[in-house]
Amino acid sequence: MPNPMARKTLGRINRTYWKHEGLGRATVTVAGLFLSVLTLLMAGFLAVKGLSTFLVDHRSPLEFLFSTKWSPDADTPAFGALIFIVGSILLSTLALLISTPFSLSTAVFVSEISPDLGRNILQPAIEIFVGIPSVVYGWIGLSVLVPFLRKSFGGLGFSLLAGSLVLALMIFPTIASLSADAFRALPADFREASYALGATRWQTIRKVLLPAAMPGILTGVVLGLARAFGEALAVQMVIGNMIRIPGKLTDATVNLTSIITMDMGNTAMGTPWNDVLWTMALLLLLISFLFIVLARMTGRKRRAVR
Amino acid sequence: MRRRIPPRLTDRLATATLYLVSGAFVVLLLAFVGYFLYKGRSELDFRFLTTAPAFSTAGGGIGPQLFNSVYLVFLSGLISVPLGVAAGIYLAEYAKPGRLTDFLRLSIETLSSLPSIVIGLFGLLVFVTLTGWKFTLMGGALAVTILNLPVIARTSEDAVRSVPASIKEGSLALGATHWQTIARVLVPAAVPGIVTGVILASGRAFGEAATLLYTAGMSSPRLDFTNWNPLSATSPLNPFRPAETLAVYIWKINSEGLVPDARQIADGASAVLILSVLAFNLLARFVSRLLGRRFGGTRT
Repeated sequence: MPNPMARKTLGRINRTYWKHEGLGRATVTVAGLFLSVLTLLMAGFLAVKGLSTFLVDHRSPLEFLFSTKWSPDADTPAFGALIFIVGSILLSTLALLISTPFSLSTAVFVSEISPDLGRNILQPAIEIFVGIPSVVYGWIGLSVLVPFLRKSFGGLGFSLLAGSLVLALMIFPTIASLSADAFRALPADFREASYALGATRWQTIRKVLLPAAMPGILTGVVLGLARAFGEALAVQMVIGNMIRIPGKLTDATVNLTSIITMDMGNTAMGTPWNDVLWTMALLLLLISFLFIVLARMTGRKRRAVR
Repeated sequence: MRRRIPPRLTDRLATATLYLVSGAFVVLLLAFVGYFLYKGRSELDFRFLTTAPAFSTAGGGIGPQLFNSVYLVFLSGLISVPLGVAAGIYLAEYAKPGRLTDFLRLSIETLSSLPSIVIGLFGLLVFVTLTGWKFTLMGGALAVTILNLPVIARTSEDAVRSVPASIKEGSLALGATHWQTIARVLVPAAVPGIVTGVILASGRAFGEAATLLYTAGMSSPRLDFTNWNPLSATSPLNPFRPAETLAVYIWKINSEGLVPDARQIADGASAVLILSVLAFNLLARFVSRLLGRRFGGTRT
């Protein structure tokens, strides 16, 4: 049976605890957990809106994913999104193919060839590239790259190629800085052992460092791919937005983010046309989640190597 | 038999190539910045930066758009900075390894890799339709908050984590509680890192467009810059009005093409955005160095 005196002391200790530890701890905990709640909320809201194409409008998921027939305003409308999906895949894959060799070279330069120049010149340059807004990339694509492509290759200039080039530039800093981190994280023994065996610097880079840093590089590549896949305005400004699957690099094309950007403003909420745009947004969310899981898996492999 | 290229030569060639590629990258950046400053030079005057855009004639400015961008970043910072820093502190100091923390990290990574257009659509659903606000500056600021929260949380976590353990242990040894140690020792020591992160996130928000198309909207009402009553409909301070930002404006004049001098305006506005990016970067470096000396002792 606690006497009143002890109870009073306990109360005071509780109050002191609350004032000096509990309150602060509770506040930051709530803020931290809020981020999880927010993510779940976003996924939930987008799922409800996105699934209404299938649950309310009774369209088939197979049609959405695998049909190229897109005629949202016809008498018997068709909502096949395959053209947009293919466009997104082509654009981001090409961007990756163009960007990766250059990003990797820069990463090697920064970490192995000249760390001084890397730290003082390239690192700040990469940071500025990250900061440049996507509409500015889009605008330079529109006002410089598109006319240049039109003059060099004929056609409209607005093309798959233009979109991939703009994206390649935009994901360059992501891949370069993450790959440079991967190289820097390698233990010095690797380099020293290789040099001791008489290997040149290039042999060391190619045969020792590159394979060892591969998991980290892959993480960078996956995150670059994610960025390319989800980019909207810069791409929309230069690809021409022609609803068809491009036959060659200089053909105009369209992708998921562009069609969402353009049609969301012209369609009324709750119509099947509008709903299918939300389904595309849900697809983008699922894909970016997939990329994160993929990046985590490559990252885990890196830890296993060490 | 094929002659093998001597390894020494390959090494030289590879080194030269790497110098070339990296050099080309820097030249590209300089060309980028130089191009816009050159193209936008005729537009970059006080009149262009302060007057309202014209609707179908040449000679309009970007005054309201510039103001909207700044105000939006400010409003969004009011929410995202305290919330993000608090979340970062939680992650660095209180989160115990386990399922919940794993899930929280996965959430933050997912949130930070979400396409900005998807965040904009979530904003359209919640801050525009569900609240009944229609397109508002507040809605845009909240959407940009979602975009910035994971970035600020992560940089704050890193900043708090990089405070030397000896400082923390010293404080605990003096009998301070964990929270007192955080509030009076760790966070002050982490301020340079936190501020740098916040400035860079603000720079990103300043140029953001895809998130804002369908949240803050693509129009700006006629603003009366002498009216500073935040509740009045024509006041620039009223957060519950549509607010087209600078980046959105660049996109809009290119897709609508109503003004005859769209090119010059886009060049000028892009120059402003690029200069702001440079300014945000320099500011981040400068502030982190300055605060580093003030708070961090020998750490950089």
